[in-house]
Amino acid sequence: MIRRVIISILAPFFAVILAFLLGAVVIVLLGENPFYVYKVLFSNSITNVDGWGYVLFNATPFIFSGLAVALAFKGGLFNIGVEGQIYMGAFAAAWIGITVNLPPVLEMPLAFLFAMLIGGLWGLIPGFLKARFGAHEVINTIMLNFIAMALTNYLVNNPFKEQGQINPIPQTKELYSGAIIPRVYPLLNKIGISISSSVPLNYTLFLALLFCFFTWYLLERTRWGYEIKAVGLNPKASRYGGINPAYITMITMFLSGALGGLGGINDVMGYRYRFLDGFSHGIGFTGIAVALLGKNNPIGIIFASILFGILDRGALAMDVFTNTPRELIKVIQAVIIIFVAVGNELIFRLLTRLERERE
Amino acid sequence: MIESIFSLEILVSALRMAVPLTFAALGGVYSERGGVVNIALEGIMLVGAFGAVLGTYFTGNSWIGLLVAMSFGFLIALIHAIVSITFKINQVVSGTALNIMATGLTTFLSRLIFKAAGSSPHIDGMVQWHIPGIGGEISPLIVIMFVCIILSQIIIFRTKYGLRLRACGENPYAADSLGVSVLKVRYSGVLISGALGGLGGAFLSLEHARVFVEGMTTGRGFIALAAMIFGRWTPIGSFGACFLFGLAEALRMRLEGLGIPTQFIQMIPYIITMLVLVGVVGRAVAPAYDGVPFEK
Repeated sequence: MIRRVIISILAPFFAVILAFLLGAVVIVLLGENPFYVYKVLFSNSITNVDGWGYVLFNATPFIFSGLAVALAFKGGLFNIGVEGQIYMGAFAAAWIGITVNLPPVLEMPLAFLFAMLIGGLWGLIPGFLKARFGAHEVINTIMLNFIAMALTNYLVNNPFKEQGQINPIPQTKELYSGAIIPRVYPLLNKIGISISSSVPLNYTLFLALLFCFFTWYLLERTRWGYEIKAVGLNPKASRYGGINPAYITMITMFLSGALGGLGGINDVMGYRYRFLDGFSHGIGFTGIAVALLGKNNPIGIIFASILFGILDRGALAMDVFTNTPRELIKVIQAVIIIFVAVGNELIFRLLTRLERERE
Repeated sequence: MIESIFSLEILVSALRMAVPLTFAALGGVYSERGGVVNIALEGIMLVGAFGAVLGTYFTGNSWIGLLVAMSFGFLIALIHAIVSITFKINQVVSGTALNIMATGLTTFLSRLIFKAAGSSPHIDGMVQWHIPGIGGEISPLIVIMFVCIILSQIIIFRTKYGLRLRACGENPYAADSLGVSVLKVRYSGVLISGALGGLGGAFLSLEHARVFVEGMTTGRGFIALAAMIFGRWTPIGSFGACFLFGLAEALRMRLEGLGIPTQFIQMIPYIITMLVLVGVVGRAVAPAYDGVPFEK
């Protein structure tokens, strides 16, 4: 068992190391010193408390998007539409926040549920099209990303545009106080960790960790979870087990979309307190990398999210202190996906060969 | 009203909108007929668009730009082939990773080389060819596109290579037992799709925009895949479907300024793509081993 855990961690570990080595080659080709660039990248993220605060703040939405992609993967579905589900869910939460004025104990759960409902319905569309017509979910989820971005862009530019303000980025008015998720720094300062009040880390992180547990519980301890995994492994065989794969496909896409719908909470309710046009900048796509690196396991997803949180934080510093454009981080991210996938496959093949030899 | 919409002008504009889609869809035909799903076409088009501007900007010659575009597309396709054919990784995973990489890489290089965020400097488009007799002008890439369509139709359905390619997509085990190297044939299909997808991207930057804009493909690679499915994995059928998408795009531009919010007009091609995918299911049948790694 321990051996299997170690082996399953090996592939992601080497994938990350290799991706950084490749990144170093690119940096050398640019005529910069990779040690310096990487030092800037890491020293601004993980060598001090504030840096860690930002890293965890960045990691929070990745946990949601990673869970969303992972849940779909478990059901044999490829949800590339998390980006769109994030926009739809975030707008739904913002809509509650600007129209309903309730105490936080009522307003927050209402906003979360509405974000999950709208995100889930956005995920259900390709799920339904797949279950009913057999239309492949990959292209449909991508198309829905573009539609969601255009739709929220319309909403935030027209009916919900903040009146009487000229903003560089179109945005809604500020949420009522009941929908504002407080920051964590007062608590941390109270327990003796000195962190700056400018660090935007907020309680959404704990919501994300809670949903890691929920997702684990759903997949490992409930009937739906069992059926989702059965359909993911073999839809035809699951049918003989009395499962209706079409129905489970729709459930999977709804739940995956619901998780994705929460991916914008950190920004909307925990940071800006309003919906900003185009705020996500690829959180949904990073979720694909997170799910693969974390091997669709909720604990793995937390660690993978932290890694991408570090990269995101470091990318900002790279832009300021070095001549290497921060998009290098995007390239490294893609290389990690490829190396992890290849590494997993190679290790899997190695293991089967070893087992065969033992027999 | 109707007359002003369905004029010759709109057909010409539809054709121009169809060009990048057609190149990418043709690429998709080669790749998928051989059995490899190529979601990476979106990223391939993007690097093609970037390569075309890069080559043209530094040499002043748009033909060299085209070559750079094709080789950039080829390189992305090569990675896709290595990862999904040699290592047998899920083809959608590989394609998605390459799309993320293409977005990052083109933005990274564009900012590094052109020292500006958002877009490259403007470049001159291709020198247009005169059409003898009519006196009009046509982009050389449109001529190349028609040549590619006809050639591809012949190659895929009338040559030994085409037969082998289709065999690798329909039944790789049968092809293998007859001595065809499935891996090599699949590699060739994916690599051709890279070069063609690169040309599609080149048309976007060289002829539509005359500038490289970050993320300028905006889903056209995926729309091209839908068109390929609508065209039943044939070159001529794909062109027909791409022309319909081009027509929708051309009509869409006419709709702007009629008081409909632009965001809803922007959604049209994406919604049409989804409708097409739902509508053709059951009637268009993919190659039997499309997307399935070949395990000897």
